Amino acid sequence: MQLRRDVFQAIADPTRRSILLLIASNSLTAGAIAANFETARPTVSRHLQILTECELVKQLQQGREVHYQLNVEKMKEVAAFVEPFRLLWEQRFDRLEEIMKQQ
Amino acid sequence: MYMEMKTTVTAIDGRQDLIISRKFDLPVHMLYQAFADAHFVAQWMNTYVEKLDHRSHGSYEFVTTDPLGGVHRFAGAIHEVIENKRIVRTFEMIGSDVGATMEVLHFEALTETKSQLQMHVIYQSAENRGAQLKMPFAWGLNMAHARLEEIGTKIL
Repeated sequence: MQLRRDVFQAIADPTRRSILLLIASNSLTAGAIAANFETARPTVSRHLQILTECELVKQLQQGREVHYQLNVEKMKEVAAFVEPFRLLWEQRFDRLEEIMKQQ
Repeated sequence: MYMEMKTTVTAIDGRQDLIISRKFDLPVHMLYQAFADAHFVAQWMNTYVEKLDHRSHGSYEFVTTDPLGGVHRFAGAIHEVIENKRIVRTFEMIGSDVGATMEVLHFEALTETKSQLQMHVIYQSAENRGAQLKMPFAWGLNMAHARLEEIGTKIL
Protein backbone atom coordinates (compact mmCIF):
# COMPACT_ATOMS: atom_id res chain seq x y z
CA MET A 1 0.00 0.00 0.00
CA GLN A 2 3.05 2.24 0.25
CA LEU A 3 2.84 3.19 -3.41
CA ARG A 4 -0.80 4.15 -3.34
CA ARG A 5 -1.19 7.80 -4.29
CA ASP A 6 -2.02 10.19 -1.53
CA VAL A 7 -5.17 12.20 -2.21
CA PHE A 8 -4.05 14.87 0.15
CA GLN A 9 -0.76 15.42 -1.60
CA ALA A 10 -2.50 15.35 -4.94
CA ILE A 11 -4.70 18.25 -3.95
CA ALA A 12 -1.87 20.18 -2.34
CA ASP A 13 -0.35 20.89 -5.76
CA PRO A 14 -1.67 24.08 -7.43
CA THR A 15 -1.49 22.75 -10.99
CA ARG A 16 -3.45 19.68 -10.03
CA ARG A 17 -6.01 21.85 -8.28
CA SER A 18 -6.34 23.87 -11.49
CA ILE A 19 -6.85 20.68 -13.48
CA LEU A 20 -9.60 19.60 -11.10
CA LEU A 21 -11.29 22.96 -11.53
CA LEU A 22 -10.99 22.71 -15.31
CA ILE A 23 -12.74 19.38 -15.53
CA ALA A 24 -15.25 20.15 -12.79
CA SER A 25 -18.01 21.05 -15.24
CA ASN A 26 -17.19 18.85 -18.21
CA SER A 27 -14.79 16.07 -19.08
CA LEU A 28 -11.81 16.94 -21.29
CA THR A 29 -9.09 15.13 -23.21
CA ALA A 30 -5.49 15.33 -21.98
CA GLY A 31 -4.68 17.60 -24.93
CA ALA A 32 -7.51 20.01 -24.14
CA ILE A 33 -6.38 20.15 -20.51
CA ALA A 34 -2.73 20.69 -21.45
CA ALA A 35 -3.75 23.58 -23.74
CA ASN A 36 -4.65 25.53 -20.61
CA PHE A 37 -1.19 25.36 -19.14
CA GLU A 38 2.16 26.75 -20.10
CA THR A 39 3.91 23.69 -18.75
CA ALA A 40 5.00 20.95 -21.11
CA ARG A 41 2.47 18.36 -22.16
CA PRO A 42 4.28 15.47 -20.40
CA THR A 43 4.14 17.44 -17.14
CA VAL A 44 0.39 17.76 -17.46
CA SER A 45 0.17 14.05 -18.32
CA ARG A 46 2.08 13.26 -15.17
CA HIS A 47 -0.33 15.35 -13.10
CA LEU A 48 -3.25 13.55 -14.73
CA GLN A 49 -1.66 10.23 -13.95
CA ILE A 50 -1.32 11.15 -10.28
CA LEU A 51 -4.90 12.39 -10.13
CA THR A 52 -6.10 9.19 -11.77
CA GLU A 53 -4.07 6.95 -9.49
CA CYS A 54 -5.60 8.48 -6.41
CA GLU A 55 -9.05 8.29 -8.03
CA LEU A 56 -9.79 12.00 -7.96
CA VAL A 57 -10.14 11.75 -11.71
CA LYS A 58 -11.74 9.01 -13.82
CA GLN A 59 -10.84 8.10 -17.38
CA LEU A 60 -13.73 7.85 -19.77
CA GLN A 61 -13.37 6.18 -23.16
CA GLN A 62 -15.30 8.17 -25.78
CA GLY A 63 -14.78 6.66 -29.18
CA ARG A 64 -11.07 6.98 -29.86
CA GLU A 65 -10.56 9.62 -27.24
CA VAL A 66 -9.92 9.32 -23.55
CA HIS A 67 -11.66 11.98 -21.52
CA TYR A 68 -10.82 12.90 -17.98
CA GLN A 69 -13.69 13.39 -15.62
CA LEU A 70 -13.90 14.52 -12.02
CA ASN A 71 -14.68 11.75 -9.56
CA VAL A 72 -17.21 13.63 -7.49
CA GLU A 73 -17.49 10.98 -4.79
CA LYS A 74 -13.80 11.14 -4.03
CA MET A 75 -13.83 14.90 -4.13
CA LYS A 76 -16.45 15.02 -1.42
CA GLU A 77 -14.55 16.94 1.16
CA VAL A 78 -15.64 18.48 4.41
CA ALA A 79 -16.02 21.91 2.83
CA ALA A 80 -19.00 23.21 4.79
CA PHE A 81 -17.51 21.94 8.01
CA VAL A 82 -14.19 23.60 7.30
CA GLU A 83 -15.54 27.02 6.31
CA PRO A 84 -15.66 28.72 9.76
CA PHE A 85 -12.14 27.51 10.43
CA ARG A 86 -11.03 28.86 7.06
CA LEU A 87 -12.69 32.21 7.72
CA LEU A 88 -10.92 32.48 11.04
CA TRP A 89 -7.58 32.07 9.32
CA GLU A 90 -8.56 34.35 6.48
CA GLN A 91 -9.26 37.13 8.97
CA ARG A 92 -6.04 36.49 10.85
CA PHE A 93 -4.03 36.52 7.65
CA ASP A 94 -5.77 39.65 6.39
CA ARG A 95 -4.67 41.38 9.57
CA LEU A 96 -1.17 40.00 9.29
CA GLU A 97 -0.92 41.41 5.78
CA GLU A 98 -2.34 44.76 6.82
CA ILE A 99 0.01 45.12 9.79
CA MET A 100 3.13 44.06 7.92
CA LYS A 101 2.36 46.41 5.05
CA GLN A 102 2.51 49.31 7.47
CA GLN A 103 6.11 48.49 8.37
CA MET B 1 -20.07 38.56 -7.09
CA TYR B 2 -17.34 35.99 -7.08
CA MET B 3 -14.74 36.60 -4.42
CA GLU B 4 -11.43 34.87 -4.66
CA MET B 5 -10.63 32.80 -1.61
CA LYS B 6 -7.20 33.95 -0.57
CA THR B 7 -6.97 31.42 2.19
CA THR B 8 -7.69 27.79 1.46
CA VAL B 9 -8.02 24.93 3.89
CA THR B 10 -7.64 21.44 2.53
CA ALA B 11 -9.03 18.82 4.86
CA ILE B 12 -9.70 15.39 3.42
CA ASP B 13 -12.35 13.28 5.11
CA GLY B 14 -11.03 10.79 7.64
CA ARG B 15 -7.51 12.14 7.75
CA GLN B 16 -5.73 13.63 10.74
CA ASP B 17 -4.08 16.56 9.05
CA LEU B 18 -4.93 19.63 7.04
CA ILE B 19 -3.21 22.28 4.98
CA ILE B 20 -3.86 25.99 5.34
CA SER B 21 -2.57 27.91 2.36
CA ARG B 22 -2.43 31.65 1.71
CA LYS B 23 -0.78 34.02 -0.73
CA PHE B 24 0.37 37.35 0.67
CA ASP B 25 1.03 40.69 -0.88
CA LEU B 26 4.26 40.83 1.13
CA PRO B 27 7.89 39.96 0.49
CA VAL B 28 8.72 36.62 2.05
CA HIS B 29 10.95 38.11 4.76
CA MET B 30 8.08 40.29 5.98
CA LEU B 31 5.78 37.31 6.10
CA TYR B 32 8.36 35.36 8.05
CA GLN B 33 8.87 38.25 10.49
CA ALA B 34 5.17 38.18 11.29
CA PHE B 35 5.81 34.77 12.87
CA ALA B 36 9.30 35.33 14.22
CA ASP B 37 8.91 38.67 15.98
CA ALA B 38 6.89 38.78 19.21
CA HIS B 39 5.81 42.35 18.54
CA PHE B 40 4.11 41.38 15.27
CA VAL B 41 2.69 38.10 16.57
CA ALA B 42 1.01 40.03 19.38
CA GLN B 43 -0.64 42.36 16.87
CA TRP B 44 -2.05 40.03 14.27
CA MET B 45 -2.90 37.19 16.63
CA ASN B 46 -4.25 39.74 19.09
CA THR B 47 -2.59 37.96 21.91
CA TYR B 48 -0.27 38.66 24.78
CA VAL B 49 3.07 37.05 23.98
CA GLU B 50 4.38 35.77 27.26
CA LYS B 51 7.34 34.13 25.61
CA LEU B 52 8.66 33.64 22.09
CA ASP B 53 12.06 32.08 21.98
CA HIS B 54 12.21 31.92 18.21
CA ARG B 55 15.03 29.50 17.42
CA SER B 56 15.51 25.80 16.78
CA HIS B 57 14.71 24.03 20.07
CA GLY B 58 13.01 27.14 21.34
CA SER B 59 9.47 27.56 22.62
CA TYR B 60 6.58 29.97 22.94
CA GLU B 61 3.63 30.81 25.12
CA PHE B 62 0.73 33.13 24.31
CA VAL B 63 -2.13 34.24 26.52
CA THR B 64 -5.32 35.47 24.88
CA THR B 65 -8.35 36.97 26.54
CA ASP B 66 -11.54 36.51 24.54
CA PRO B 67 -14.28 39.16 24.38
CA LEU B 68 -16.19 37.37 27.13
CA GLY B 69 -13.23 37.56 29.44
CA GLY B 70 -12.16 33.94 29.08
CA VAL B 71 -8.40 33.43 29.25
CA HIS B 72 -6.79 30.95 26.87
CA ARG B 73 -3.20 29.80 26.89
CA PHE B 74 -1.44 28.59 23.77
CA ALA B 75 1.98 27.04 23.91
CA GLY B 76 4.39 24.89 22.02
CA ALA B 77 7.94 23.85 21.36
CA ILE B 78 9.77 25.17 18.34
CA HIS B 79 11.59 22.31 16.73
CA GLU B 80 13.28 24.03 13.82
CA VAL B 81 13.48 27.47 12.28
CA ILE B 82 15.03 28.28 8.91
CA GLU B 83 14.76 31.98 8.14
CA ASN B 84 12.29 32.82 5.37
CA LYS B 85 11.84 29.10 4.67
CA ARG B 86 10.40 26.96 7.40
CA ILE B 87 9.18 26.73 10.97
CA VAL B 88 8.47 23.35 12.55
CA ARG B 89 6.70 23.57 15.89
CA THR B 90 4.12 22.02 18.15
CA PHE B 91 0.99 23.90 19.10
CA GLU B 92 -1.51 23.37 21.86
CA MET B 93 -4.43 25.27 23.22
CA ILE B 94 -4.05 24.29 26.84
CA GLY B 95 -7.10 22.48 28.22
CA SER B 96 -8.88 21.96 24.90
CA ASP B 97 -9.69 18.51 23.57
CA VAL B 98 -7.88 19.21 20.31
CA GLY B 99 -4.61 18.12 21.87
CA ALA B 100 -1.12 19.05 20.78
CA THR B 101 -0.50 19.30 17.05
CA MET B 102 2.60 19.46 14.94
CA GLU B 103 2.78 22.34 12.50
CA VAL B 104 5.10 22.69 9.54
CA LEU B 105 5.08 26.20 8.11
CA HIS B 106 6.52 26.61 4.63
CA PHE B 107 7.38 30.13 3.50
CA GLU B 108 7.93 30.72 -0.17
CA ALA B 109 8.79 33.82 -2.21
CA LEU B 110 6.57 34.06 -5.28
CA THR B 111 8.02 37.34 -6.54
CA GLU B 112 10.00 40.07 -4.80
CA THR B 113 6.81 41.47 -3.33
CA LYS B 114 4.60 38.40 -3.05
CA SER B 115 4.88 35.29 -0.96
CA GLN B 116 3.03 32.18 0.08
CA LEU B 117 2.53 30.39 3.35
CA GLN B 118 1.55 26.78 3.61
CA MET B 119 0.79 25.44 7.07
CA HIS B 120 0.64 21.68 7.37
CA VAL B 121 -1.08 20.87 10.66
CA ILE B 122 -0.93 17.28 11.91
CA TYR B 123 -3.30 16.20 14.67
CA GLN B 124 -2.98 13.12 16.85
CA SER B 125 -6.09 11.60 15.28
CA ALA B 126 -8.93 12.41 12.90
CA GLU B 127 -11.11 12.92 16.01
CA ASN B 128 -8.71 15.57 17.29
CA ARG B 129 -8.84 17.32 13.96
CA GLY B 130 -12.64 17.23 14.09
CA ALA B 131 -12.58 18.84 17.52
CA GLN B 132 -10.42 21.62 16.12
CA LEU B 133 -12.68 22.28 13.14
CA LYS B 134 -15.78 22.43 15.30
CA MET B 135 -14.33 24.92 17.73
CA PRO B 136 -14.24 28.10 15.63
CA PHE B 137 -17.93 27.76 14.82
CA ALA B 138 -19.04 29.79 17.78
CA TRP B 139 -16.36 31.56 19.73
CA GLY B 140 -13.76 31.72 17.02
CA LEU B 141 -15.83 33.80 14.68
CA ASN B 142 -17.27 35.98 17.41
CA MET B 143 -13.80 36.58 18.65
CA ALA B 144 -12.45 37.43 15.23
CA HIS B 145 -15.22 39.96 14.67
CA ALA B 146 -14.77 41.54 18.07
CA ARG B 147 -11.04 41.66 17.43
CA LEU B 148 -11.49 43.39 14.10
CA GLU B 149 -13.73 46.01 15.67
CA GLU B 150 -11.31 46.49 18.50
CA ILE B 151 -8.38 46.97 16.15
CA GLY B 152 -10.49 49.29 14.02
CA THR B 153 -11.12 51.58 16.95
CA LYS B 154 -7.49 51.41 17.98
CA ILE B 155 -6.29 52.49 14.55
CA LEU B 156 -8.90 55.24 14.25
